[in-house]
Amino acid sequence: MSATSQGRTPAAVSDKPEDLKSPVRRRRRRLRTMTARDRIVVALLLGIPLLLDLAFVWFPAIGTILLSFTKWNGVGSLHEKTCKPNMPSILNNGCWYGVQNYHQAATIYPEFWPAVRHNLIWLAVFVVIATPLGMLFAVLLDRGLRGTRIYQSLLFLPVMLSLALIGIIWEFVYSQNYGLINTVIGRNGNDNAIDWLGNPHLNLWAVLLEATWRQAGYVMILYLAGLKAVDPTLREAALMDGANPWQTFWRVIFPVMKPINIVIMVVTVIESLRAFDLVYITNKGINGLELLSVLVTSNIVGETQRVGFGSALGVVLLVISLVPITIFLYQTFRREDTP
Amino acid sequence: MSEVESSGTTGSPLSATRRNLLKGVGVAGLTAAGGGLLAACGGSGDKKKDSGSKKPVAGSTVTFGSNYSDAAPKAAFAALTTAATASSKVKVKINTVDHNTFQNNITSYLQGTPDDLFTWFAGYRMQYFAAQGLVEPIDDVWEKIGGSFSPAAKKLSTGLDGHQYLVPIYNYPWVVFYNKSEFAKRHYTIPTTWDEYIALAKQMKKDGLIPIAFADKDGWPALGTFDILNMRINGYDYHNKLMTHKIPWTDQGVHTVFQHWAELMPYMQTGANGRLWQDAAKSLEAKQAGMMFQGTNQVAAQYVTDKADLADLDFFTFPAVNPQWGQDYMDAPTDGFMLSKKAKNTDAAKAILEYIGTGPAESTYLKTDQWDVGLVSGLQVPTYNAIQKKSVEEIAKCKAVAQFMDRDSDPAMANAMIAICQKFIDDPSTSNITKLQQSAEKQAKAIYS
Repeated sequence: MSATSQGRTPAAVSDKPEDLKSPVRRRRRRLRTMTARDRIVVALLLGIPLLLDLAFVWFPAIGTILLSFTKWNGVGSLHEKTCKPNMPSILNNGCWYGVQNYHQAATIYPEFWPAVRHNLIWLAVFVVIATPLGMLFAVLLDRGLRGTRIYQSLLFLPVMLSLALIGIIWEFVYSQNYGLINTVIGRNGNDNAIDWLGNPHLNLWAVLLEATWRQAGYVMILYLAGLKAVDPTLREAALMDGANPWQTFWRVIFPVMKPINIVIMVVTVIESLRAFDLVYITNKGINGLELLSVLVTSNIVGETQRVGFGSALGVVLLVISLVPITIFLYQTFRREDTP
Repeated sequence: MSEVESSGTTGSPLSATRRNLLKGVGVAGLTAAGGGLLAACGGSGDKKKDSGSKKPVAGSTVTFGSNYSDAAPKAAFAALTTAATASSKVKVKINTVDHNTFQNNITSYLQGTPDDLFTWFAGYRMQYFAAQGLVEPIDDVWEKIGGSFSPAAKKLSTGLDGHQYLVPIYNYPWVVFYNKSEFAKRHYTIPTTWDEYIALAKQMKKDGLIPIAFADKDGWPALGTFDILNMRINGYDYHNKLMTHKIPWTDQGVHTVFQHWAELMPYMQTGANGRLWQDAAKSLEAKQAGMMFQGTNQVAAQYVTDKADLADLDFFTFPAVNPQWGQDYMDAPTDGFMLSKKAKNTDAAKAILEYIGTGPAESTYLKTDQWDVGLVSGLQVPTYNAIQKKSVEEIAKCKAVAQFMDRDSDPAMANAMIAICQKFIDDPSTSNITKLQQSAEKQAKAIYS
């Protein structure tokens, strides 16, 4: 711990006085003498990102929240009237539905709770298995095994493939009568075949294996970068103090990598919440592979759209995503405020 | 020196975190709301059309949105439009879109800037879009082509308001396929009743065959089994009422359908939820399976794709269950063409539709297509194979043909039933059937009200 803080303070001291202070002073002077052209440039540079942010993040997000209180099939316009009960859906379009969509999702939509559960399982598997596995690979490779480069490439290979392609590759592995696993273990007959992707008790785990296969490589690369950046003198110091490799890693290296750990935590949460591609490729996210993202898609994108209902599901996903994001933002900004 | 370096490198991931985070927020916001935005974009219902002035049709160009994205139908469709141009002097510009994408985007497509003509399906699926004013009625086209179609075909092209909206091109029956050689070798006879069907399945199982090849990974194939059992047990009117939720899903009739299906389950290929229908068709081709219930558009087309012995393939209509209905009905989904409300060149588009609604047009299309059959009455297509000839006969024998669950009902309900049928395949017990019926009814109430 003490090694970290020592490593940081001198750097901060050496950075700030020369490099940082002067531009601040200069900027202040420029502010006072800003010409009309400068103002336009500033307005453009600030305005365009702001507009883009409003147009592509805030407008859709707030729009979704509003739409989630309506019943709408995507045709025609919305109106403020409340939906009349017991009317054909074509006549009852674009009306105000209150919290009915949420109520229906939680009570009569059989896919909803499985989807929430699967999203949480997905997150847990990424946090408990994929990330530590990636870290393990990184630590092992960082120790300079023979052929490190080859292992590194092999483990990183899945990260370079698109998830859609990964889904297709694993289809060949899992297919019941023609797949690799069942053929190798001799269970590709018609009575004894293991239905890896069709059995709702098996398929989530089968797909999570695919996802882990890729995610571990991703995490590994991030950790390798982090490990390479760790000051070698720290290891030497730990060695001098008589720490074994286990202690060196957990007491010295791991704490130093705190920034990279945060990156990986965020990546893990985002990757698990946006999980979609693999299950969609596998069976369109039905029968044991329900995920919130898939339910949103299957309700909003399609021939007849239940835009209101799908938006309600989207809002649920948004709320779930906000939890880790809020925690992270809070942590980050609090650290910046207290220098 | 080394200290500065180390702090520099630990510093940069920090800012990367922030960037990643912002990206994350953006992505989350977009995925959550992208659909809403997309849908909102196409929302305006304005239409600019000059219906008064009639322009000369010849020499103008009509755009045609097509979901015939696979090689064989694409070639057949190109032949059809070339012939249409030759006949009507109207140029056709085809915009082909992958068929799943086409279907998924249909709502925003029709509200945005659609092509003049587009490929679509008959049944409630057509009526639904017609009812929302996204499609132009083509009664005047039907006045000219009506003579060559049966009343049933006209009914399939008619919207809920009584106007015609579709020109059909082909349909294909859902029937039980088998290999002639296999039946001859083992002296199996064609079953015509439920008991004979079960007995045959039992015999096949004894002979080491999978009696009924079955796959439902895509979700929709099993809906066909539900449909046929429903029509055999409860009849065509019941099917229609159930599909439009005029009969509750908790009805005893639905229970009986699932019970018959449960009786069939021991003879159907296990693990259907993880198998693609193409693989099930392969087990029929390989003579590991004795029968397979599916559309010719799938099974016969797969035999053609696999270059299997198409001459050995044959089919029979699903056996009778309830003597009241016998073998009167079947699923024979019909595909056809519609005119967008926002079409820019309506008159020329109608000229194209008039040509498509003729015998020569259909036979031009069916030269390349070896599994579907045309709808023009008395149509003679020299290129028909045995399967196609028999399809025409069997469809003609029917008192009514249904369009398949996802075309006869609200697609949201079809989606709900996809999940329910898969759960039934996992557990066909009576207690589960009751539970699934209740779930279906609750969802139907939410979808249809």
